[in-house]
Amino acid sequence: MIPALLGITIVAFLFIKLLPGDPLQIMTMGKATPAMIAAERARLGLDRPIWVQYGLFLVSIFHGNLGSSIIMNAPVMDIILKRMSATLFLVGYGAVLGVLITMPLAFISVLKSDRPLDGGIRVGGMLFLGMPSFWLGLLFMLLFGLKLKLFPISGWGKDFSGHLYSLFLPAMVIGLALAPVLIQSLRESMLDIMQTDFVEVARAKGLSPGRVLLKHVFRNAIIPTITILSVKIGWMVSSAVVIETVFSIPGMGLLLVKSVLTRDYPVIQGLTLLFGIIVMVVNLVADLSYAIIDPRINYQ
Amino acid sequence: MNTTSAQVNRISTAPIPLLEVIGLTTEFHTAKGIVPANKNVSLGVERGKTLGIVGESGSGKSVLCRSILRLLPTPPAKIVNGEILFEGKDLLKLPEEDMRSIRGKDITMIFQDPMTCLNPVYRIGTQITESLRLVQHISASQAREISIDLLHQVGIPSPEKRVDNYPHQLSGGMRQRAMIAMAISSKPKLLLADEPTTALDVTIQDQILALMLDLQVQVGMSIILVSHDLGIVAETSDRVAVMYAGQVMEYAVTEAIFNQPRHPYTVGLLKSIPRMEGGDHRLIPIQGQPPNLLRLPKGCPFVDRCPVADPEVCANTPIELREIERGHYTACLFPEKVSA
Amino acid sequence: MSGIEISELAVSQKRTSNALNRIRLWPFTLKLGILIVSMVILAGICAPLLTHYDPIKGDYNDALAPPSLQHPFGTDSYGRDLFARTLYAARLDLQIGLITTYFPFLLGLIVGAIGGYFGGWIDNVLMRVVDVAIAFPFMVLIIVIMVILGPGVQNMYIAIFLLGWTMYARLARAEMLVVREQEYIQAAKALGYGHFRIIFRHAVPNILTSSIIFSMSDLVLNILLASSISFLGLGVQPPTPEWGAIITEGRDFLLQAWWISTLPGIAIIITGLGFSFIGDGLARMLGQRNIQLV
Repeated sequence: MIPALLGITIVAFLFIKLLPGDPLQIMTMGKATPAMIAAERARLGLDRPIWVQYGLFLVSIFHGNLGSSIIMNAPVMDIILKRMSATLFLVGYGAVLGVLITMPLAFISVLKSDRPLDGGIRVGGMLFLGMPSFWLGLLFMLLFGLKLKLFPISGWGKDFSGHLYSLFLPAMVIGLALAPVLIQSLRESMLDIMQTDFVEVARAKGLSPGRVLLKHVFRNAIIPTITILSVKIGWMVSSAVVIETVFSIPGMGLLLVKSVLTRDYPVIQGLTLLFGIIVMVVNLVADLSYAIIDPRINYQ
Repeated sequence: MNTTSAQVNRISTAPIPLLEVIGLTTEFHTAKGIVPANKNVSLGVERGKTLGIVGESGSGKSVLCRSILRLLPTPPAKIVNGEILFEGKDLLKLPEEDMRSIRGKDITMIFQDPMTCLNPVYRIGTQITESLRLVQHISASQAREISIDLLHQVGIPSPEKRVDNYPHQLSGGMRQRAMIAMAISSKPKLLLADEPTTALDVTIQDQILALMLDLQVQVGMSIILVSHDLGIVAETSDRVAVMYAGQVMEYAVTEAIFNQPRHPYTVGLLKSIPRMEGGDHRLIPIQGQPPNLLRLPKGCPFVDRCPVADPEVCANTPIELREIERGHYTACLFPEKVSA
Repeated sequence: MSGIEISELAVSQKRTSNALNRIRLWPFTLKLGILIVSMVILAGICAPLLTHYDPIKGDYNDALAPPSLQHPFGTDSYGRDLFARTLYAARLDLQIGLITTYFPFLLGLIVGAIGGYFGGWIDNVLMRVVDVAIAFPFMVLIIVIMVILGPGVQNMYIAIFLLGWTMYARLARAEMLVVREQEYIQAAKALGYGHFRIIFRHAVPNILTSSIIFSMSDLVLNILLASSISFLGLGVQPPTPEWGAIITEGRDFLLQAWWISTLPGIAIIITGLGFSFIGDGLARMLGQRNIQLV
């Protein structure tokens, strides 16, 4: 985990270094005199060797200092933190909806395996996998937001239930894109587990089919599916960038797009770092939950 | 000597048997054709006694066990004919819910591979009393006590600690003991044991068998023990049924099977057991290849490998079990030609 | 014709009919997918035949016209026929899909094969890099790279290439770990073949399966990704027709001219479905289960 974390900081650090042009010119937007620039350069340690600069960068991250926004005149950290909850809520909401959609469909798919309904679910899955999220978002916005006026088309509401309401459409888009993958995985592993000896033992014990399915099959089959869910977290955060843009949700994703357009490089750098850290933390939580769910895993 | 099929299908053992299989015929419908997994199988076991079923892989013995509990998946499998009488009731005619109340309670089963028979995500204590808790109102802590008792009964040391273990924390022998604990938890009337020791170390095999016989006395249950190993069957069973290619070849008390076999296949099996007594004994295998279940002859399936067969008669005459001496049945058309 | 020529002809005819027979045995989804994808490719290639409208220059008098017989998909704010734009965009999107999938495929295959074969620190280092890349939100990194490089299709290729090889590396490595223990590899080693010869001539052909199947869903995802990047304004620049870019243009007119943002999406879906079917069919045919559609 540590190497990955370092990798993220390196990427964030290199970002500014790799920008074409002189970073100081960029940061001051050409408004400063050469003397001021030279002084700033010394102050920021930009004349020191690159690994020293990297070290200083790491130190400032530790202190929670991610620099200052060029455009908004506020510390990057504060700007991002204000936006973080919207993105986290959206991704979490999307994950929950995705799981809720997956469960019944996966069960139906298993119980009616290889019959038309199962085939229909699989084709439906492929359909949604090939659907661009921004397009689906626009479609939902058009249909349910503008034409039917069922849901708001921007913002994220003021309180918890407001969030649930405003973010329903965008979270649905994320969930619908997540579900096909989960359904396929869950279906495959359930069908696999149903062939195992211990499931036959459970039936021999006289357990009802429902109980066998739920307590024995599902409980084992869910494990690889959780793997996939945690792998897809990074992907979901990715698609949040696009979805926030479509639905004008004040989260980190929209902030990223805006900063790109306004060339607010410190913010972009800070977002790179924080996005990476968030995904890392979520993956860690997923790993830990593994140890709880699968008793065969020993935690080192 | 020829009795009618109706009489023959009813095997007479003196007291009324606990379980009687009468003329059971099961087919498997596969892409390559119909496989006759069990054909006209008739046997039985009395209260408190042990029936050993011996045969090679493909002889249909495992299918038989599963048929008794109706565990066969019925798209590919199809029970075409026969009855399975348990305490007089035909199990094949029971509605599924009634069958479920028999499974795991009156009739229980232990399987071959203890490594894969326990659910890896639940503790063994939970799994042992799972079916018990569904029938009786027992609290979780009471169930745990019962599990500890059962683990003790099957000879697992430190049962208070083991009860909370997960399956991967137990060795193969211990897992099989846990399976046995699971099977006897309801004090069943009949225990089906499908190759219970095949996957275990030789040193452990004896212990498990001794445990099973011990428990049989304690619980007062009947056992049907399925094995490919004649030695195991000899040690544990009161009666033996020898199966080949889905049919019963010979059926008698253990002593009769081993000392006066009346079927060439039984003789062949006996001859191929390595013996420890001195002398230069070569192992005499049964000549020929294992049967192709998709292309069995109309008559005796053993005809290609039988040293005493009459090729015309044996290949074309359908075989049935006939009682040639009291309580000793054979399907051989020429039992008088069989010499031990 | 001489007797030899006649029999050669008969042999080659038999070969063709054997090949056709084998195609008949392919899974249904595979054939359906190939059919769909071929139609999309044809639509792109034959665009000038299928429509007489110019995808770049429009007739302002006809702006924002709803779908009609003249304009099956309607027109956009510049008066350009949307169906024409969608057709021409097929060329670009398919090209994007192929380039962004198969170049990373090659690099990832090589890296994964080498790492998996040699093991040790090479493998460790490579896999750390792969782990970081896979864990990171794709979109964020792509955007960051494109900020550095600047917008445009070429830079988008580079950005996706820099990240896309990682999944193939992981797949190839996993298969290599299995294959390198196989007997034919041991035999090749015993014959004294050099490492690279073993890797590339003997091992690689056997580790291709999961990567090929995965590349089908990767194709779909890359087309979606490119569309998303263009949607955000970073990828394909106007007036070049690309499905994502076209959909973006319709955003401001969502209520008045819903067709601009919605109908081109159908093209993406059909293309995606086609490749997904191919992937599904390949998976069945090559006997693989548990294929993650990413």
